[in-house]
Amino acid sequence: MAKLDLNRVPMPRQDPKVRGRNFNEVALGYSLEQAQAEANRCIQCPKRSCTEGCPVGVDIPDFIKAIREGDMPEAVKLLKGKNSLPGICGRVCPQETQCESTCSLAKKGAPIAIGRLERFVADWERANMQSANSPSNQPTPNGKQVAVVGSGPAGLTVAADLAKLGHSVTLFEALHVAGGVLMYGIPEFRLPKAIVQAEVDYVISLGVELKLDSVVGKLVTIDELLNNGYQAVFLGTGAGLPMFMDIPGENLNGIYSANEFLTRVNLMKAYLFPEYDTPVKVGRRVAVIGGGNVAMDSARCALRLGAEVVYIVYRRSEVEMPARREEVENAKEEGIQFKILTNPKQFLGNEQNWVVGMECYEMELGEPDASGRRRPIAKPGSEFIIDVDVVIVALGTTPNPLIASTTPGLETTRRGTVVADEETGKTVKDKVWAGGDIVTGAATVISAMGAGKTAAFSIDEYLGG
Amino acid sequence: MPNMHLLKVAAPAVAKKAQPGQFVVIRTDEKGERIPLTIADWDEEEGSLTIVFMEVGTTTSKLTLLQAGDYITNLVGPLGLPAHIDRFGTVVCVGGCYGIASIMPIARAMRQAGNKVISVIEARSKFLLFWEERLRSVSDQLIITTGDGSYAAKGWVGDRLKEIIAGEDKVDLVNAIGCTYMMMLCAEITRPFGIKTIVHLNPIMVDGTGMCGCCRVAVGDETKFACVDGPEFDGHQVDWDLLLARRGIYLDDEIRSLQEWECQNLIDLSRREG
Repeated sequence: MAKLDLNRVPMPRQDPKVRGRNFNEVALGYSLEQAQAEANRCIQCPKRSCTEGCPVGVDIPDFIKAIREGDMPEAVKLLKGKNSLPGICGRVCPQETQCESTCSLAKKGAPIAIGRLERFVADWERANMQSANSPSNQPTPNGKQVAVVGSGPAGLTVAADLAKLGHSVTLFEALHVAGGVLMYGIPEFRLPKAIVQAEVDYVISLGVELKLDSVVGKLVTIDELLNNGYQAVFLGTGAGLPMFMDIPGENLNGIYSANEFLTRVNLMKAYLFPEYDTPVKVGRRVAVIGGGNVAMDSARCALRLGAEVVYIVYRRSEVEMPARREEVENAKEEGIQFKILTNPKQFLGNEQNWVVGMECYEMELGEPDASGRRRPIAKPGSEFIIDVDVVIVALGTTPNPLIASTTPGLETTRRGTVVADEETGKTVKDKVWAGGDIVTGAATVISAMGAGKTAAFSIDEYLGG
Repeated sequence: MPNMHLLKVAAPAVAKKAQPGQFVVIRTDEKGERIPLTIADWDEEEGSLTIVFMEVGTTTSKLTLLQAGDYITNLVGPLGLPAHIDRFGTVVCVGGCYGIASIMPIARAMRQAGNKVISVIEARSKFLLFWEERLRSVSDQLIITTGDGSYAAKGWVGDRLKEIIAGEDKVDLVNAIGCTYMMMLCAEITRPFGIKTIVHLNPIMVDGTGMCGCCRVAVGDETKFACVDGPEFDGHQVDWDLLLARRGIYLDDEIRSLQEWECQNLIDLSRREG
């Protein structure tokens, strides 16, 4: 047996000092040589445990083998057979807790960089196979009509999978572009919008009809869709409602939800104001409250927009942060300052109603709580003030109640999520499936895609596949 | 003085669902901002929406350049909760500025629901007054007032509202749409009389579907999102200072954006005209 190669090929990245001032992608991607060197490390073990670790079941060893052999069109075909959005997943999936964590080389501390290879294949396709956007072997339409509500990762996956099976799919999107959180939430420097658009275009090229500017629940209800020719409906409207802290001063000017801040920057391109009409306030001193990926994204956007000091304010310690390790490291490299074990008590404003300060408690960790993480407890008398011009609240999101409140017969939880069968995505309402953040609460792109895949399979079965 | 404009757009699906008090969010072009505009009227048969707006910033200025047959890149709606229409008794419908148009469908629906509708409309001057006959046709009584006295009574809607309250009719509900100050002052006039006063708030919005929280307003002890919980709220419960402050967040940017756009627009015009 050949000796195991435990040297992961690193991916080139923009220098932190340079990238902290631009919105270009941070990670630059492998060259063909780098990709093949990394692919060569794969031992093609018969266990295929990486595929088991992938929520959409990509045939990982096979596409890696194709890269190794230099057969890129084959690698594209194998990858896209299971995953319609590889350029997106290769960039934002938490591979370290999924496919890469189950890789046989993970035990040796050097799993194959599956995410980087996936990204390489997707980028190669976009650069070299423009014709791939018009799939030649489309099935003949079978006459079945499905409405997919929400064009984020879950909706795009359901739409693509059902279209490939010959169903007529209409994809409804409330905003003026498709992609959901991939467009409005995740910043350009982590997921370029041209890549999202290319993958959306691919889904459309499968015959999916996209209806933008269409708020289901307002423009048309789920029951109206079902009464007007749609035989099944998939709800993939995500978790779009921002949570606030409900502490004094939270409505002061200069305090944003992460959703608003990121939407202004990413979707409305406020970083190009005044060429683009939508403004955003950044100020000199920015505090981002929260420890997830959205908090990291917000902090790194604020830095790129010219803030002098950007804090991440998080009530637990760094170990408990839900953000990907890689994003925390990226943020630190760029100069984001971490104020851990710190929690706001109230916001302080000036006479013009603008936020100028944030009174915080020092926190300590107690016994583990329901989430399994140690519960943060405020130290009495520890209050101190951080001077700020802008605050971004990134404490998570819950599902928008619009669909649930206009759809009789759906079951929802106390947290506002829609109840759906884990095995099938079926809700308790006849002909209605759901998946992604609307069911789980805010989670990852790939878990939403996994739920989409499950639901597509179940819908196809229901429609007599 | 900012001018008023009427826009009629083809949007059959929205026209089919529109109800009094609802709004649309529009984006004029790829680089445009998303702004909310109240639906002033709709025609399901024709598939059209009518919107009346005041020319104040970049987006509304861009809208004024549209010619018949042009397109607006994006229009989404109907958004927001419909106005609460019921049989209240005597309802005073107050409209100022662009609100003259916005109050019309509410007055119409209130009258259809069996209320006695007294409409009060205000313009700063005669040339800014519109829809007089339309308002008259949906009201039991129409009272007009102009800021400079160039037409009908001189004064603002509050003056007329006080007269109505002092008059013979027992007012059961006031429903007001217009600029923030006007609605705030109307609510202050009715407060001592305990007359329920509904206002239609107009904070800055981005998506208009509850996603961003930009439009948060304080009503009573609660924070509400005007786009999904409103735009209609109890005027006596609204924190007006907060609303006024939040509406001014981007004032400097809005001025800069408008100046840049006007400059660019002049360059474009001179190029076209050679």
